[in-house]
Amino acid sequence: MDIFGVPIQALMGQLMLGIVNGSFYAVLSLGLAIIFGVLKIVNFAHGAFFMLGAFTAFLLGQHLGANYWVALVAAPIAVALFGMLFEWLFLRRLYGLDPIYGLLLTFSLVLVLEGGFRVAFGSSGQPYATPEALRGTINLGFMVLPIYRGFVILAAVLTCLVTWYVIERTSVGARLRAATERAELTQAFGINVPLLVTLTYGVGVGLAAFAGVLAAPIFHVNPSMGSSLVIIIFAVVVIGGLGSIMGAIVTGLGLGVVEGFTRVFYSEFSSTIVFLVMVLVLLIRPAGLFGREES
Amino acid sequence: MHLRSLTLPLSIVAVLALLAIPFFPQWIYLVFVMKTLCFVLFACAFNLLLGHTGILSFGHAAFFGSGAYIAGHLVKNYGVPFELGILAGGLVAALLGAVIGALAIRRSGIYLAMITLAMSQLVYFFYLQAPFTGAEDGLQRVPRGTFLGVIDLRNDTALYYVVLGIVAVGLWVVWRTVNSPFGQVLRAIREHEPRAISLGYPVARYKILVFTLSAGLSGIAGALKAIIFQLAALYDVHWHTSGDVILMTLLGGMNTVFGPAVGAAIVAALNHYLDPFGAWVTVITGVVFMACVLAFRQGVVGELGRLLKLRRPSRPEQTADQPARGESQP
Repeated sequence: MDIFGVPIQALMGQLMLGIVNGSFYAVLSLGLAIIFGVLKIVNFAHGAFFMLGAFTAFLLGQHLGANYWVALVAAPIAVALFGMLFEWLFLRRLYGLDPIYGLLLTFSLVLVLEGGFRVAFGSSGQPYATPEALRGTINLGFMVLPIYRGFVILAAVLTCLVTWYVIERTSVGARLRAATERAELTQAFGINVPLLVTLTYGVGVGLAAFAGVLAAPIFHVNPSMGSSLVIIIFAVVVIGGLGSIMGAIVTGLGLGVVEGFTRVFYSEFSSTIVFLVMVLVLLIRPAGLFGREES
Repeated sequence: MHLRSLTLPLSIVAVLALLAIPFFPQWIYLVFVMKTLCFVLFACAFNLLLGHTGILSFGHAAFFGSGAYIAGHLVKNYGVPFELGILAGGLVAALLGAVIGALAIRRSGIYLAMITLAMSQLVYFFYLQAPFTGAEDGLQRVPRGTFLGVIDLRNDTALYYVVLGIVAVGLWVVWRTVNSPFGQVLRAIREHEPRAISLGYPVARYKILVFTLSAGLSGIAGALKAIIFQLAALYDVHWHTSGDVILMTLLGGMNTVFGPAVGAAIVAALNHYLDPFGAWVTVITGVVFMACVLAFRQGVVGELGRLLKLRRPSRPEQTADQPARGESQP
């Protein structure tokens, strides 16, 4: 069976790849949106933390013999702790200044981390094995699905939904949203806002690292795996607007699918389609699909 | 003592030193100085946006690289003379700047930074896939040709003086722009955009105009770089270059006109002399960047100006608590 002259197997395969990429976009832009909401800082280092997550998983396996499942939990926690330390030591000093400085500071962290890992491991990638239980494929009739990719989509979507639930439906989330709207008033109600800010940064960074561990068996683990991704995430965020959590998730997944389809029908544009969509959105709806006009 | 009173003697010394450099080839590598001059122009042009209008563009490599590729392509494959190649590089970059600027200013602040970064990535992919750029290898063996058909530019010394002249004209344009009614409006936009709008200034048009100008000068800097090294490569359009120019500007002092020139010299020297250390350069650049953002937001020239002012607290209108913003010291 063909659709527009493309065999359905190939179409579904690319669509699935698109959803996998979209899952990464969703988890990463979700973290970016959470951090931006509370800290009012665009975390340029988000891609670097993604890379750090993948490398931590790799190193845990290499030196401590930790398997994939341990790494999936331990690596995001380790990277989150590192991120919180960074926030506590450096980022904190820039609150109240033009948010551009936050962008620049996190950018400088990218240079340090990427450069550091390139010194230590070189530019070429390190392979990371897919866990035993998730190898092989399932035949769904209309397509053959590698089990690990299915798992990535499931894990990413589940993570997004849990994060959304915690922020929108629990008391911790309510405090977080209060701090987003009126930090000083929230502080006056006896909530430790600086701690909340540090924890928020940790959660956002942890999400990026989690995506990094998920990505490790699919991509080669290499120092620059995050930096090209973070630019796409920025475009995603411009398209979706940083204001809404659900918006970030939906836009991320949606753009992944769009990218997948582009790869089938016009592969030359597959690496730039997200940016072209961004141009279109800027022309038609400058505030972004889910965005409120920023002040 | 005020920094401005030091400007004239310092610039005379700098100009004399620059003119004398080719006579001391054993001390300093001429091609390195020419590269630095390109970055000086690039950084000062970039600062028209960051320092003087308050717009952070994270995609200036797109303009620098376009200048390099267009000039290189025309000179190499169409036999276009040197000076027309440079002009064409600047023009194309200016056009691109107008387009990207018009899109980017639909948002402001960090969104604008993200948009310019994304747009420059789009430009990067274009040059990666376009048939004339040689993709990963870059556009190699660009002939240097002659200047106005007379001066042979294969001679490094001749090329050096031509580059010095062009960069000087470029810097003069920057200086003229900053110290003009147009520059005043730019500063008004930086300080208080809503007020500039309410005063009736067509702010969007001003922003696009300064974007175009900054991009055009950046393109000329890139075009010169392509001729000097006889190479236009992907690194010129890569976001690393966009980051480098931000660092130069911040390091030199973004509230000054020629501070970025000092920053450019420092960063170029760092890249040049640390080159044997490979990837460590990136780490060191990152650490310097971090230190700048955290502790020296006024940059080298800005901090120097502040120190000089501190020593003469007697003049109340120039005390140290008055930030250097708004006042454009050369």
